[in-house]
Amino acid sequence: MSKTLTIAASTVLFLSTAAYAQDQCAAGKTLTDGKFTIATGNPAYYPWVLDDAPESGEGFEAAVAYAVAEEMGFAADDVVWVRSSFDEAIQPGAKEFDVNMQQYSITPERDQVIDFSTPYYTAPMAVLVSPNSTETAPTLEALKGLQWGAVGSTTAVPKLASIIQPDSDPLLYGDNADVNAAMSANQIDAALFDLPTALFLSAVMIEGSKVIGQFPADENDNPDHFGMLMEEGNPLKACVDEALAALMANGKLADIEAKWLQDTTGVPLIK
Amino acid sequence: MTRRERYEAHQRRRSLVIATISTVTVVAAIYFLVPLAPGWSKVQQSFFNGETLVKTFPKLLEAFRINVMIFLWSAPAIAVLGLLIALARDAKSPALFPLRIFGAAFTDIFRGVPVILTVYLIGFGIPGLGLPRPWNSPYIWGSLALILTYSAYVAEIFRSGIDSVHHSQRAAALSLGLSERQVMRDVVLPQAIRNVVPSQMNMLIALQKDVSLLSFIGPVEIFRQAGVFKSLLANFTPYVGAAIIFLIVTIPATRYADHLMARQMRERR
Repeated sequence: MSKTLTIAASTVLFLSTAAYAQDQCAAGKTLTDGKFTIATGNPAYYPWVLDDAPESGEGFEAAVAYAVAEEMGFAADDVVWVRSSFDEAIQPGAKEFDVNMQQYSITPERDQVIDFSTPYYTAPMAVLVSPNSTETAPTLEALKGLQWGAVGSTTAVPKLASIIQPDSDPLLYGDNADVNAAMSANQIDAALFDLPTALFLSAVMIEGSKVIGQFPADENDNPDHFGMLMEEGNPLKACVDEALAALMANGKLADIEAKWLQDTTGVPLIK
Repeated sequence: MTRRERYEAHQRRRSLVIATISTVTVVAAIYFLVPLAPGWSKVQQSFFNGETLVKTFPKLLEAFRINVMIFLWSAPAIAVLGLLIALARDAKSPALFPLRIFGAAFTDIFRGVPVILTVYLIGFGIPGLGLPRPWNSPYIWGSLALILTYSAYVAEIFRSGIDSVHHSQRAAALSLGLSERQVMRDVVLPQAIRNVVPSQMNMLIALQKDVSLLSFIGPVEIFRQAGVFKSLLANFTPYVGAAIIFLIVTIPATRYADHLMARQMRERR
């Protein structure tokens, strides 16, 4: 009896989700019909994804992903996660994901090759200093004299060159972990990250390090807007943008941000 | 001109014509067929973008100076250390047996471990022990990692060179009253080193490319600079630019190594 019930229930459920997804914007535009494939980094870092497990929906980007999926008419079960590197995301040819979400900053140059959704987060850049340099004043003058490091594939690199203009050449690394290692080895005094990442690194990864200041997001000419990356000309973009606009209008995006990204007003602005 | 010479000249002309036709056909086929592939315009845009190349090339060339610098101070150190390790492995005296074990262990370890792992371990690990600046520089320890790895290969090549000098020469020199040390220095090594110059040239070419592995621990050499451009412009053309710069250096070096090798073959005949 109960078995029949389950079958009946799941049939109804199946039919209803199918019907539900059918008249949505995204129908037929995804990689696999009825599934929404999202790529993230390997590994994906806190606070964007908790414990490198985006399936849990825990962490800012994971939560945004599920909210967008829901808005577009996908059940949580229909969200498929894959991993990708930046290079895979920009290579020519077919992609293995519908959208790719790993703190990609929208820049005009990148936008020529790939498509971005409207921004889901605007990140101020922040300065993380090593345990030996925590007394550095949050002024451009004091920051110039430090030995800088950054992740080479991020927009932190041009910002370092244009805003801080350090006296000695910055050292560049492949990922956050390598920047940590260099800071632990006292090879660099300071590194430039987006603020949530900087706060996480100082709180959890590098003992004694400190976030001494942030650059006001509106002040620099090119603030870091994070967007979901898509193949150039992907028809899904309209649906994703529509979903993000809805989430922004009903305040859900702000709620997710408040839940997963800690309050950043405590970090002083750099003068 | 004899009849035979005429025949040979004719044969040479004929093979030249055939070679030219076949080369032109292959090049033309590639040139016309590849662009017919459906994804070609995208691939061209991503990898062979003239505008991006022009924009990034000067910066890449500038970053290449770091590669040259690291190469210039690593290569002599590798030659010296490699030779010392080879000699250690060749030590004949029973008292020096620990030296032989050390030489063997050194080559086994540093040839067996991927270069990038050595670069990470030494480049981040040793400075992590708490060395003060500037002694914790990634340039110093990254270079050391390259020097250790390449010394292991170079030592093996030197050893093969030493083995290539026939034993009778050692015996003859010893019988003339030369000491073991003199035999090695004045009889064996001069021949051994000359015999392995072409192989060592290949190691130099490999080293020149592997210098780029230091980019993993911080130095912004050409590979990292190209990677920065790649990320900012979402375009792989800067890597192609870097490859062109590498080729400008390595092709003449490879040709020179081939030339040395060919000359050696001729001399041996």
